[in-house]
Amino acid sequence: MAIEGADIIKAAGLLGAGLSMGLGAIGPGVGEGMAAAKACEAIGRNPKEAGLLTRTMLVGQAVSESTGIYSLVIALLLLFVV
Amino acid sequence: MNDITMWAEVAAFVGGGLAMGFGAIGAAVGEGYAAASANAAISRNPEVSGEVFKTMLVGQAVAESAAIFALVVAMLLVFANVGENASWMTVTVFLSSGLCMGLGAIGSGVGSGFPAGAACEGTARQPAMGGRLVTNMLIGSAVCQTPAIFALVVSFILMFTNFSDRPVNPTWAAILGAGLASGLGAIGSGLGGGLVAQASCEGVARKPEAAGTLTNVMLLGQAVTQTTAIYGMLVSFILMFKAFDPAGTTLAPAMALLSAGICMGIGAIGPGVGEGFAAQSAVGWIARNENATAELTRTMLVGQAVAESTGIYALVVALVLIFVV
Repeated sequence: MAIEGADIIKAAGLLGAGLSMGLGAIGPGVGEGMAAAKACEAIGRNPKEAGLLTRTMLVGQAVSESTGIYSLVIALLLLFVV
Repeated sequence: MNDITMWAEVAAFVGGGLAMGFGAIGAAVGEGYAAASANAAISRNPEVSGEVFKTMLVGQAVAESAAIFALVVAMLLVFANVGENASWMTVTVFLSSGLCMGLGAIGSGVGSGFPAGAACEGTARQPAMGGRLVTNMLIGSAVCQTPAIFALVVSFILMFTNFSDRPVNPTWAAILGAGLASGLGAIGSGLGGGLVAQASCEGVARKPEAAGTLTNVMLLGQAVTQTTAIYGMLVSFILMFKAFDPAGTTLAPAMALLSAGICMGIGAIGPGVGEGFAAQSAVGWIARNENATAELTRTMLVGQAVAESTGIYALVVALVLIFVV
């Protein structure tokens, strides 16, 4: 009936994976949305530069995506490696 | 009364309390925002105070609906009939359905307040557009309510499904995970959808000629903000209806299912809010510069697609937790 140590460790790893990806998704989601909001504002002021602004937005979003990818990597490590 | 029946009663009361307690937050904040905006609007243009007052009440009524869903679920839980054949799954069903509805009402309540406030200020600014503003507000806040409706559906399914033929061990965690996925997952989409509708109502008052475009782009932007709440509901449905193998006394299979629900639920918040910011700005600037509608809509969709990515990662991790691990 007793729960074994290895089972608790495995369970903690699985819970950690979910928490890592879940919490890690908040920041990039909000941050990338703000970047897109400012890009829209800038295009509204100056539609001629739409191409340049969209490119800058995408580069900025790619950088802010990185923490989401770190969370994904940690989640996958917890699921499959550790 | 045996031990489990007692705990099921406890869970029903705690679940009812959680449903109404969490569920009251959003609607109250949203309605307060609407009332504040209505006062600001009346002080700016006291002649249309009657119109503004009416708009405020209609908007608040929509925001209230999320809290009414929570009240219904809380009533059902408080007066739940706990039979003698209660099991540990009954305990988690009560907790999970209460949490699901309570958390799920937060975003929609706050979100529906934003368009109501903007419609009040818009009525003061452009009294002639009052009717169009109310229509736009109602469309926008109806979309804000959908995440709360998803949560309501999931908590009803949890309450009225007979789980007694399932193995207790991983199913208790699947039930809890299902409630958290839809409940937490509704927060971001409700808020985000509200921001878009707010910008659209402001825009209609700023530029009445562009009202049609503003409503259309609002709906497009809101549709994208709702996607993460739909992922949450999808994960809930999988957790509720997939048959899991009995896990004996091991903890890990149950924790994988609980973790999948938490992962998708929390992971849906950020993208929902972020996509709301993007669409809010796009709709707001279409009202200022209608000639750039095409560029703005395109950039909005591209930006939202990138913001969606972390929500998709969360969905992938949740599905891996359910089906692979």
